Amino acid sequence: MSSTTDTRIQPGSTVLWDKGDAAGHDILGTRTFGFWLYMLTDAMVYAAFFAAFGVLAHNAGLNSKSVLAAVFNAQGAYRETIALFASVLAYGYAMVALKKGSRSGVAVGTVVALVLGLVFLGMVSGDMERLFGQGIVPQSNGFLSIVFTLIIYHALHIIVGAIWMLVMLAQMGRDGFTSNVVYRLINLRIFWHFQAVIWVFIFVFVYLQGKVI
Amino acid sequence: MFVHLQGPWNPVWGRLSLQAIPYHNPILVGTFLFAVVIALAAVGAVLYFRAGPYLWREWLTTVDHKKIGVMYCLLGLVMLFRGFADALMIRTQQAIAVGPHSPGYLGALHGYLTPFHIGQVYTAHGLIMVVFAATPLLVGIMNIIVPLQIGARDMAYPYLNALGFWLTAAAAGLVMLSLFVGNFAHGGWYGFLPYFELPYSPGVGVDYWMWAFQLSAVGTTLGSINLIATIVKMRAPGMTWMRMPIFTWASLSTNLIALTSFPVLMVSLALLGLDRYFGTHFYTAGNGGNLMLYNDLFWVWGHPEVYFLILPAFGMMSEIIPTFSEKTLFGYTTMVVASFAIGGVSWGVWLHHFFTMAAEPSVNSFYSVTTMLVGIPTGVKVFNWIFTMYRGRVRFELPMMWAVLALFLLLVGGMSGMMNAFAANDYMWHNGVFVVAHFHMMVLLIAASIFGAVEYWFPKIFGFKLEQRWGKWFFWFMVLGTAWVFVPMFILGFTGMTRRLDYVPYTQWAPYLRVMLVGMAFYVIALVFFFAHLYVSLRDRVKNRVGADPWGTSRNLEWMTHSPVPAYNFAYIPHVHARDEWAWRKENGVASLANESFEDIHMPRNTGVPVLLGALSFVLCFGLIWRIWWLSAASLALVVLVIIVRSFARNTDEVITAKTVAGVEGAVDDALPSAARG
Repeated sequence: MSSTTDTRIQPGSTVLWDKGDAAGHDILGTRTFGFWLYMLTDAMVYAAFFAAFGVLAHNAGLNSKSVLAAVFNAQGAYRETIALFASVLAYGYAMVALKKGSRSGVAVGTVVALVLGLVFLGMVSGDMERLFGQGIVPQSNGFLSIVFTLIIYHALHIIVGAIWMLVMLAQMGRDGFTSNVVYRLINLRIFWHFQAVIWVFIFVFVYLQGKVI
Repeated sequence: MFVHLQGPWNPVWGRLSLQAIPYHNPILVGTFLFAVVIALAAVGAVLYFRAGPYLWREWLTTVDHKKIGVMYCLLGLVMLFRGFADALMIRTQQAIAVGPHSPGYLGALHGYLTPFHIGQVYTAHGLIMVVFAATPLLVGIMNIIVPLQIGARDMAYPYLNALGFWLTAAAAGLVMLSLFVGNFAHGGWYGFLPYFELPYSPGVGVDYWMWAFQLSAVGTTLGSINLIATIVKMRAPGMTWMRMPIFTWASLSTNLIALTSFPVLMVSLALLGLDRYFGTHFYTAGNGGNLMLYNDLFWVWGHPEVYFLILPAFGMMSEIIPTFSEKTLFGYTTMVVASFAIGGVSWGVWLHHFFTMAAEPSVNSFYSVTTMLVGIPTGVKVFNWIFTMYRGRVRFELPMMWAVLALFLLLVGGMSGMMNAFAANDYMWHNGVFVVAHFHMMVLLIAASIFGAVEYWFPKIFGFKLEQRWGKWFFWFMVLGTAWVFVPMFILGFTGMTRRLDYVPYTQWAPYLRVMLVGMAFYVIALVFFFAHLYVSLRDRVKNRVGADPWGTSRNLEWMTHSPVPAYNFAYIPHVHARDEWAWRKENGVASLANESFEDIHMPRNTGVPVLLGALSFVLCFGLIWRIWWLSAASLALVVLVIIVRSFARNTDEVITAKTVAGVEGAVDDALPSAARG
């Protein structure tokens, strides 16, 4: 068997080496692709958490739905949802501004998204404080352990996102739209939307399940 | 907020006290002295040769994928040595402590290791061999070879690459530190719940195990993101998917496994951490915890992890066998499909690790069948390798010898694996040494592939061939050791011996255990030959100098640049026209590396940030293990700060000027390959 292929080549007409194009690769595409891969790992973390949620909901003769109904406040969570979604929307407008190359537009959108994210965080932490004050804590039982872990892990992501937005505002102010700044803004969009998607699952499984089903 | 602890604790030192240092144990004191001598020798050598600045500039701060890969391999080798020392202790203990009249030394009733001590030894052996020896060696070789095989100048994210390595190194450092400060987990490398919960394992051993594991998982996940992005985004022009070298395909498949499975490991360990630090009830025996949740989450990682280890080994065999058969690989497409089939099936077999634990027959049957399915793509690969050798001009040089050994071990391990796949069989020998012998065949096949790959690609990276004579002695004593240790272990498994015994009750087993000890002696001799192999190779490095294509029959892109590979890999990025591009160019008479005019090359600049982050992570985990909260909080804050500050850095790239490139290219002599062949 010949090694690989039947085509013979004409020496002289075949390009063997890539001359004159040293830069080559697409930086933005590579960076955002890698961030997608990272988001996949985070999705796997959440998937494992939700699997644990499904397992622990069926333990120790506990009626998990009545626990959820008694403990969690769906109206409050609805307000949290509105805040987070509005934040994602604001950041979406920031990305429209990025396409137009408007620094002020990106800055305004990011600041609004940041403020709404902090509002969300405030509401979540208020909710946690209320529950902890009533003696409803992650240490109560396995089911509440996973429920609180889900909510707090998500809130940690929101904190990271908020720090990231501050950093981006600073870098945008200093450098303008360099390729580093642009790919980070795009990655932040992926990150921020993903947190909203995950919140939908948390809202449905934790806050709504006890009320509706 | 934190769970109440038994025993002393203070805000400054946490649980750390002088009692944590095991100075009363002569074995550990001896090990400590050995480590001190090695460390002093290393530091002394660095100072004597004034190599500190060189090490910092060229290695510790490097973002060059080849150097990072070499460091991964060195880390893997050191930990392989440590894991082997553990194995030696287990085998010696089991050869002595047989029957009620067996002698006891050093405070042990039988043998010379107390149950608590040997428990730590086998836990460390398992964890080290899987996570800190095999994984760094494989990741290191993928790191070196994949960018070369796809015609790239570096990985997609060189900085992240260095970070992944330093996190792994920090994790390995934690395992080593547990020898001398505190102790290690003693319940098996994959953990037992609820035994690993705080009330039953109150010491720091489980915490060492958990944080080292966790940190290495983060490192490996980062590495997998990097390798996937590199393969998808950085291929040379003309390299379509189906022209990719098969080792690159195997790397892609294996890193997709790592990408999706390691996060699950992180969750399984993090939930245990929450239990141990905050008193939650994920895996507790009461309060609505579920200990089977741990088994499922852990093995949902654990079984894909097995294929994460074996697929690159298969990829290495697929590179070595065609080169030394002087033929193209038989069944390239089926090889690709088989790699991804194995990767896919790996997700559906995890329950076979605990057939005996509370699953219905229907569930067990499902996992039996999926486990047997693995045999199909693996069988495809075996036949492809055999058909590659069939009617080839097979040359039994060292890499080929290791590859063929790996093939034999795969047959033994794979067949015994099929036996384990029957749930009914597993009920007979669950947690027995038959299973242990089976998976040691598999990991030894990985080890054999790694040794073969190192022999094969060493000249590419370092520019000279390893010598053959001592290497062959090393090979044959590894074969002898493997046969003498594991054939008796299969027999003992059939006669009902269970794993992890600190005391063997039946004297009838004594002969087998002693034969295994002889096997260990062969391994020790092999180790001596290994060092001789290394020493002679280094001594004769000028004589064994080679050119771009030292084996003469290599087929892929990594041989299309000089040996050793320059920092920028390729002065010009090659255009790819065929699968096995280098073989194709040789056939068409265009296999020349000569270039006249050169251009500036952009490369990432070295940075000390990854090594700093690795050190801070080490301190962070150390603080968590000993519950020194201020230390952990401070190092976590520093980690965040360093990451933010680094993100503001602007001059992260540098230019290698055309003049420098011309100088490097002019200095190498590629005319060597044919002279140095054979």
